Amino acid sequence: MTPQPAAAAKTERLLNLVIALLSTRRPLTKTQLRTAVPQYHQTASDEAFDRMFERDKDELRELGIPLVTALVAAAYDDELGYRIDRREYQLPEISFEPREVAALALAGRVWSHASLAAPARAALAKLAAAGVELDDSSLVGIEPRVRTTEPSFDAVRRAVAERREVTFGYRRADGQAATRRLQPWGMTQWRGRWYVTGLDHDRGAERVFRLGRIDGAVRAVGERAAYEIPEGHIPKVAVSTSVPAFVDQPPAVLRLRTGAGNTLRRRARTVGEVDDTWVQIDVDYRNIDSLAQEVAGFGPDVVVEAPDTLRDAVVRLLAAARDRHTGVAAHPGGMP
Amino acid sequence: MSAPRTPRGAARGTQESATARLSRLLTMVPWLLGHPGVDIERAAGQFGVTRDQLESDLALLFVCGTPGHLPDDLIEAEWEDGKVFLGNADAISRPLRLTVDEALTLMVGLRALAASPGVTGTPGSDGVLGALAKLEQATGEAAGLAARVRVALDDGATQATLTDASRAVQEHRRLRLRYQSFARDALTVRDVDPMRVLNLEAHWYLEGWCHRAEEVRLFRLDRIQTLEILDEDGTPPERATPRDLAGATYQASPDDIVVDLLTEAPAAWVGDYYPVDSVEELDEGRRRVRLRAADPSWVRRLAWRLGGQIEILGPAWLAQQVREGAVGALAAYPSVVVPEPEQP
Repeated sequence: MTPQPAAAAKTERLLNLVIALLSTRRPLTKTQLRTAVPQYHQTASDEAFDRMFERDKDELRELGIPLVTALVAAAYDDELGYRIDRREYQLPEISFEPREVAALALAGRVWSHASLAAPARAALAKLAAAGVELDDSSLVGIEPRVRTTEPSFDAVRRAVAERREVTFGYRRADGQAATRRLQPWGMTQWRGRWYVTGLDHDRGAERVFRLGRIDGAVRAVGERAAYEIPEGHIPKVAVSTSVPAFVDQPPAVLRLRTGAGNTLRRRARTVGEVDDTWVQIDVDYRNIDSLAQEVAGFGPDVVVEAPDTLRDAVVRLLAAARDRHTGVAAHPGGMP
Repeated sequence: MSAPRTPRGAARGTQESATARLSRLLTMVPWLLGHPGVDIERAAGQFGVTRDQLESDLALLFVCGTPGHLPDDLIEAEWEDGKVFLGNADAISRPLRLTVDEALTLMVGLRALAASPGVTGTPGSDGVLGALAKLEQATGEAAGLAARVRVALDDGATQATLTDASRAVQEHRRLRLRYQSFARDALTVRDVDPMRVLNLEAHWYLEGWCHRAEEVRLFRLDRIQTLEILDEDGTPPERATPRDLAGATYQASPDDIVVDLLTEAPAAWVGDYYPVDSVEELDEGRRRVRLRAADPSWVRRLAWRLGGQIEILGPAWLAQQVREGAVGALAAYPSVVVPEPEQP
């Protein structure tokens, strides 16, 4: 008695089929398989058997079972035969040292909160079935986690694996939206966000797309294995690696309220007490705009003494923030 | 001692597909062959199923076998007295190769760990690279795909901090941290009983019982200025329970302030970057964003640094604080005063 008789019968049929195909040296024809697997034997018609066998073959291949076909000499004509090569089917002999086992268990845990949690568990179960004794207690308390919260993650991963072109709606950082067409090459997670790299069909050039900016469904177009991926392609987010070296310029001079501006103070070249309320620091910088943003973020707790260009940039930011939050409720009674 | 067979006991919550069950059986058979006489509960635990489900799996195996399907052809399965014995399953005595997804999870995970050697021990002496090389060899084709999927766990936290924090967790030693709080712009010294080292959204954190706050806190490793392993037991008090991290690092609390923002197109990233309740797309790339903050000071700082690219729509008192803070800051530059616009 099983709760799902139909599903149970199908599992039984597939298992018998796998065992039959693994146990034979010579490829088995469909006629032979219909005799070899009891559930096929019981099918009502040739058509019903054909349909069932075709579906079963596809499902076994989807599980990663290497089912091969070969021509076999039959009574009247050559016929297709089927078998599974044990060497291709079996996980090769593999053994790990205790330290490696600990690393594997940890690598599996990386995915425990992601859409790939099930395959990660299945992979470790297969290693255990191959005789690897996984010890769950090692490296306890260490939890690297990868999340795959982007709705498009699975569709993109499939496309990368299948080398299949996709189209999707994409919203750029500046808010512009458009439909894009991409040959996906690889994926990378960087700073907690997933990106897909590949050949942008419309621009004819390599591009990186952030999965979180994909709007709606990712549709596969075209065939599987439709293109080659450049050898040695490493998916990475093209960040501004062109960080200029420190230019030969005087450091910025800032006044910090005691206890405030700690991220600046950590980088300071020199720190000097001014009085009980203020300290003065010298800090080197590369980019005046990003330093201005950082300083402005501290509001009244950090003051620019030099250079003037930095001071002006900070004043612009603060004045804009002030003006943006001015007088919303200042004119009751409608339009003047 | 066998539980009554009820459909509820046998069901696994959601309906399991025939192929998912086949996959499990193909892994279960070699494992059981390698553990003759294993306790049935342990076997069920190994495969994450109930004892009833495992028994029904064994019953199914029992009627399968090589063509002919005479008694000698069938798989032998016994599970009397709660001990499982399997036999005559030569064809499927080895597990199936890893699928592409399975290989990918382990290899991408190992590569990510390889880039953060502090986690597993001293660089070079840990098992990450060895495991990776062996797995690469055993998986063949799937290894190619795994190389095209990368995860960066590294966030600039120093390897020494990571190594020390991991060691303190394993050895239950108390830590003394000099910690830079981001939200409050303050440097504090805290004694912490470490509970876990974890990586979330590409940042490493130490979770532990903070004796200063008297509660469980998460500390970002890259904001720890110094970390000292004290010669004291660091077992956290019993009431210290790890946070549920299924969601974000940020735990919503009923005391949180609900903040509504309008972001201009260049600041659209704000809605992607912070955990938000909602994002509404408006015209010209603008967005209306609702988020929660336990401490509003970071929202004020964001408004100052983005200089008008975001507008706090509510609460009004927070918008007022942004205005007053900006006016106060500008008072330091009397020579370059930018007048406020006239009220309409």
